Amino acid sequence: MRNEYIFPFRHGWARHASPVGALRISAWRAILCLWHTKEVQMKKLLSIALAAALFAAQASAAADDTLTIGFTVSQTGSLNLDSVAQLHGFELWRDEVNAAGGIKAGNQRYQVRFVSYDDQSQGGRVQQLYTRLIVQDKAQFLFSPYSSGLVATAAIISEQYGKLMLTTGAAEQKTYQLGNKYLFQLYTPADHYLTGALDAVKSKNPKATIALVYSDDPFSKAVAIATRTQAKERGLNVVLDESYPPSTTDFSAIINKVISSKADALLGGGHYPDGATLARQVYEQKAPLKWMTLLVAPDSPQFASLGDAAKGVSVPSQWAPQVTYKPDFGPTPAAFTKAFEAKYKIAPGYHAAGGYAAGLLLQHAIEQAQSIDPQKVAAALNQTNATTLFGGTKFSTDPKSHGLQIAHDMVLTQWLMEGGKLVKEVVWPLAAKTAALAYPYH
Amino acid sequence: MYGILASIIDGVLVGSVYGLAAMGLTLIWGVMDVINLAHGAMIVAGMFGVFLLTDSLGLPPYAAIGPTMVLGFFVGVLLYWIAVHRVIGRPALMSLLSTFSADMVLIGLGTAVWGTVLFNVPVSLPGITWRGYTFTGTHILAAVLTAVIAGGLYLFLNYARLGKAIRAVSDNREAAELAGIPTTQVLSLAFGLGVALACTSGALIATLFPFTVLSGGAYQLKSFVVTVLGGLGNPAGALFGGLALGLLEGLATPFIPVSWIPVIEFVVFVVVLIAAPRGLFNFRRRS
Amino acid sequence: MRPLAILRRPFFWLIVLATIAFALVPLRGNNVELREELILAAIYITLASNLNLMIGYAGYVNFGNIVFFGLGGYVCIYLVNTLGWPLMLAALSGGAVVSLLAYLFGLGILRLRGAYFALATIGVNEAVSAFVSNFEPWGGASGIYMSIEAYQPLGGAMQALWTIYFMIVAVMGLSLVLSYAIKRSKFGLGLLAIGQNEDAALVLGVPAPRYKALVYSASAFLPAVAGALFFFKSAFIQPSDAFDLTLSIEAIVMVMLGGQGTVVGPALGAFVYEELRSTLLTTAALSSLQLVISGGLLLVIVLFLPGGLMGWVHRRWPGTARILE
Repeated sequence: MRNEYIFPFRHGWARHASPVGALRISAWRAILCLWHTKEVQMKKLLSIALAAALFAAQASAAADDTLTIGFTVSQTGSLNLDSVAQLHGFELWRDEVNAAGGIKAGNQRYQVRFVSYDDQSQGGRVQQLYTRLIVQDKAQFLFSPYSSGLVATAAIISEQYGKLMLTTGAAEQKTYQLGNKYLFQLYTPADHYLTGALDAVKSKNPKATIALVYSDDPFSKAVAIATRTQAKERGLNVVLDESYPPSTTDFSAIINKVISSKADALLGGGHYPDGATLARQVYEQKAPLKWMTLLVAPDSPQFASLGDAAKGVSVPSQWAPQVTYKPDFGPTPAAFTKAFEAKYKIAPGYHAAGGYAAGLLLQHAIEQAQSIDPQKVAAALNQTNATTLFGGTKFSTDPKSHGLQIAHDMVLTQWLMEGGKLVKEVVWPLAAKTAALAYPYH
Repeated sequence: MYGILASIIDGVLVGSVYGLAAMGLTLIWGVMDVINLAHGAMIVAGMFGVFLLTDSLGLPPYAAIGPTMVLGFFVGVLLYWIAVHRVIGRPALMSLLSTFSADMVLIGLGTAVWGTVLFNVPVSLPGITWRGYTFTGTHILAAVLTAVIAGGLYLFLNYARLGKAIRAVSDNREAAELAGIPTTQVLSLAFGLGVALACTSGALIATLFPFTVLSGGAYQLKSFVVTVLGGLGNPAGALFGGLALGLLEGLATPFIPVSWIPVIEFVVFVVVLIAAPRGLFNFRRRS
Repeated sequence: MRPLAILRRPFFWLIVLATIAFALVPLRGNNVELREELILAAIYITLASNLNLMIGYAGYVNFGNIVFFGLGGYVCIYLVNTLGWPLMLAALSGGAVVSLLAYLFGLGILRLRGAYFALATIGVNEAVSAFVSNFEPWGGASGIYMSIEAYQPLGGAMQALWTIYFMIVAVMGLSLVLSYAIKRSKFGLGLLAIGQNEDAALVLGVPAPRYKALVYSASAFLPAVAGALFFFKSAFIQPSDAFDLTLSIEAIVMVMLGGQGTVVGPALGAFVYEELRSTLLTTAALSSLQLVISGGLLLVIVLFLPGGLMGWVHRRWPGTARILE
C-alpha cells in the first residue's frame, strides 16, 4: 500500500533537507513554477469573477418601470408549509396589481417583479440571501421570510443596507426593540397570541388548570413568556410549563407529564410539524384534557387530515376567511377568499392573508407617498392607520419599538365537525364568532 | 408515582427500538471497523420503504416491514461495493468520510424528491390503558418485534453458517481467509445485514411517529450513544444499551424539563467514551 | 526553526501578499457584492486551515470542529451585548476562552484514537449545543439578538461591515501563517510524526499528549475569533446556527478537497467549495441538489483522490511541492 497519497508533499519535503543550497540552485525554476501556478489561480479567480458579474448583470436586468421586491421562501425545511402559503398570498397580490396596470407612484406606473430564493428554513442562509437580494438583484423593497426566527436574521440586513422590509409571518416582538427604522410588522405581536384562548377557557371554567407545552423557538417562547403572566392575571393556575426541542417527533414522554399534572387545558405547540404530531399523539394517548389550543399548526387546511385527532383543536389566528372587516382599500375578506380559492383550489389560511396584506399595504404606502423612495414610503407607512381584509393596521413609531403592530386583533378558531366534515369556525371573541365554542373540546 | 412508572415503561419500550437501530451500526463496526455514517440515511430509507409500500400497494404497515428488511439488505450490499470496499483497512478518516458522503448524497436525493414535509404512516392499534396512562399498541408491538428480531439475530450469529463466518471474520480476518472463508463476500453480506437492521428499525419507527427525510440524523446520534454504551461489535450490548438509554430518558423525564435530556445523553456519551470505551454491557472480552 | 526565520521564506510573503490582495480587491469600486462573498470565503478558509492542523498534521479527525466557531460567537456577542465590551477585545476574549476550554476538553478526549476521537468531538459539539439551548443567560434556544447600537462605535451598520471585513481577512491571513509556521517547526514535525504513527513517535521521544493538547487548543483560537466576528456581523446568534454540524462536516470536505496536510490546500478547497456552494444555493434548479453534489464530490475525492487538489498538483508538477506548500 503506497503512502504517497497521504502525504504527497513528503517527496518535496525530503528534498528540502538542504534548504539553502537547493533553493539557490533552483531559484529560477521556482519562480517559473510560481508564475505558472499564480497564473492558474488568477485565471480561476478571473473566470469566477466574470461568471459572477454576468450573473449579476442578468439578475439586475430589471426595466425602469418595474419595482423589484425581494424575499426568501422556505421551499424546503420544516417551515415549508406555512411559508409557501405566505408566498401564495404575495403572488396573488402581485398578479392582481399587475393585471390592474401596476402600482401608481405619482405619474409613473410600476409593474411588480419578485426575486426570491429558498432559505431552506435556516437562519444562516437567510442573511446571505437577503444580502444578495439587495446587493446583486437590486431589490428595492423587501418582504420578510416566514417565522420570527428567520425574520430576526433578515431584519439586520435590511437595517444595514437601509432597505424597507414588511414583515409578515413574524410575531415576535424583540426584533423591533433593537433600534430599527425600516421594519414594519403586519401580524399581531406574539404576546397577544394566547390571550383569547385563556379568556375562552376562563369563561367555561374559572378554576381551570393550564399545561403550557411549547416549542423551543423564538416565536413560541415569546408567546409562552407572555402567556405565563396573563394566566396568572386571570387567576388560572399553570401546572406544567415546559419546552421541547423544535425537532421533537416523539411527545409520549411529555404527554405523560401532562396527564400526571391533571391539567384541564393544553396550550402551546410551535409550528406545523410538531403541532400536528402533538395533536395526534395526545389523541392516541387519550389524555384527559378538556381543551387544547395549539399555535400555528391547526390553522393550515392540512390539519384536517388528522381526522378525529383534529376535532375540537383550536388555534389563535391572525385571520380567518369568515371575518367581516370592512376594508378602507383592497378587496373584502370574502372577495379575497374567493380569488384565492379560484387560483389555488384551497381555502386561504392566515399566512396567505398576511402575505396578501403585506403587498397591499406596501402598494398603498407607495401610492400615498407618490414615490418609490424608501424614506418617503417609510414615512407613509408610519402614518398608516387603516383596515384591510386582514384587519386593522397601525405601526408603532416609538423608536424603542418601531414597526411593532399595534392595531391588529386576533381571533380564536376551532375545528368543529359539521355534517360529517371538519370545518374551522371562529369561536372567540364572542363578538366575532361564527359558531359556538366546544368545551370540552372532544 | 404511577406517572413515573408509566414514563419508565414507555422509555423502555421506545428504547428497545433505539437498540435495534444501534444493532446494525455496532455489527458493521465490529466486523469491519467501519463506522457507517450513512446509518441515518438507512433508517430514513426504512421509514420511506414502509410508507411507499403502504401508500402505493396498500399493504398493512406491519406486513411492509419484511420486504423493507429484505430491500434494506440489498441496498446495504450495494452501498458496500460503492462506498466501503475501497476504504477498508485505510485510516479511519477515509471510511468515515466515504460513508458520510454516501449519507449526504442519499439525504440530498431524498430531499430533492420528497422535500422535507412530514410523512405519516397511519397505524392505530388498541393500547393498554392503566391508571389513566395509555401505552399505545404500536409501542408495545414495536418492542415485541424488536425482541423477536434480536433473538433471530442471536440465533443467526451463533448457529447459522454465515453467522459464524461473520463472527470469524470480525475476530480475525486473516485467519478466516486462511480457513477458506471468502472474507470480502462475507464483509459485504455483513454490511448488508447491518443496513437491513437499520432499515427495519426505521420501519418500526415509522409506525410510531411521523418522519421527514431529515429524521435520520437524530436517530443516528442516538445510535452512536447506544453503541458506545453497549460496546462496539456487540449486538446484545446494543440492545441493552438501547434499553438503558430508554430507561434513562424515562427516569429523567418526570423530574427535569424535557429539553435537558439531550444534554444528559451527550454528556453520558462523552464520559462513557472516555472512561469505558469498550462499553458498559460488554460481556465478552474483545482484544 | 527560529521564529523570525519564517520571514526569509518566500512562501510566507506569498501568503502576506495574497491576504493583502484579498482585502483590497472589493475596495475597488466599493464592490459590496464581492465583499459579502469574500467574507464567507475568508471564514471558510479560516475554519479549514485550522482544522487542517488536526486532520492534516496530527491525523486526528475533529468532526465537531464547529463548536469552537459557535462558542467564540456566543462569548463575543454576550460580552458586546450584555457587558458592552468593544468588539476587538470581545472577539479576542472569545478566542482565549474557547482555546482554554479546548485545552481542558482535549485533556479528556485526546486520549481516544481514530474513530472514537471523531465520535467524541461530535458528542462534545452536541452536548454544548444542547446545553446552550437551555442556558437562559445566553438566550436559550432563541439565541441572542444584538442591538443595532452595537455598531455605533464602528461608525454605524454600513461602515462597520468594512471594518469587520478587514478583521476577518486578517484572521484568515493569520490562520495561513500559523499553519505554515507550525509546519516548518519542530512542533509541526512532531505532529506529522504523530499523524503517521503515534506509538512510534512516542517511542522516538515526541511528547505526544502535550503536543496533541497544544494543537487542539491552537486549532480552536482563530476559528473562535472568526466566529466572534461572523456573529457580530450577523447581529444574531442561536444554537442551531452556531453549532451546525453540517458546516462542521463541510469544513472537513474543504480540507479534503484542497489537500490535507498542505498549507494552500485547505484554503484552495475552502474557496472552491464556497464558490460551488453559493452557485448551487442561488440556482433554483440545483439548490435542492447541493447536498448531493457536495456528497458526490467528497465520495470521489475519498475514493480516488485522497490527496485532494494540491495532492494532484504536487504529483503532476513535483516542483510546486517546494514552493506552494
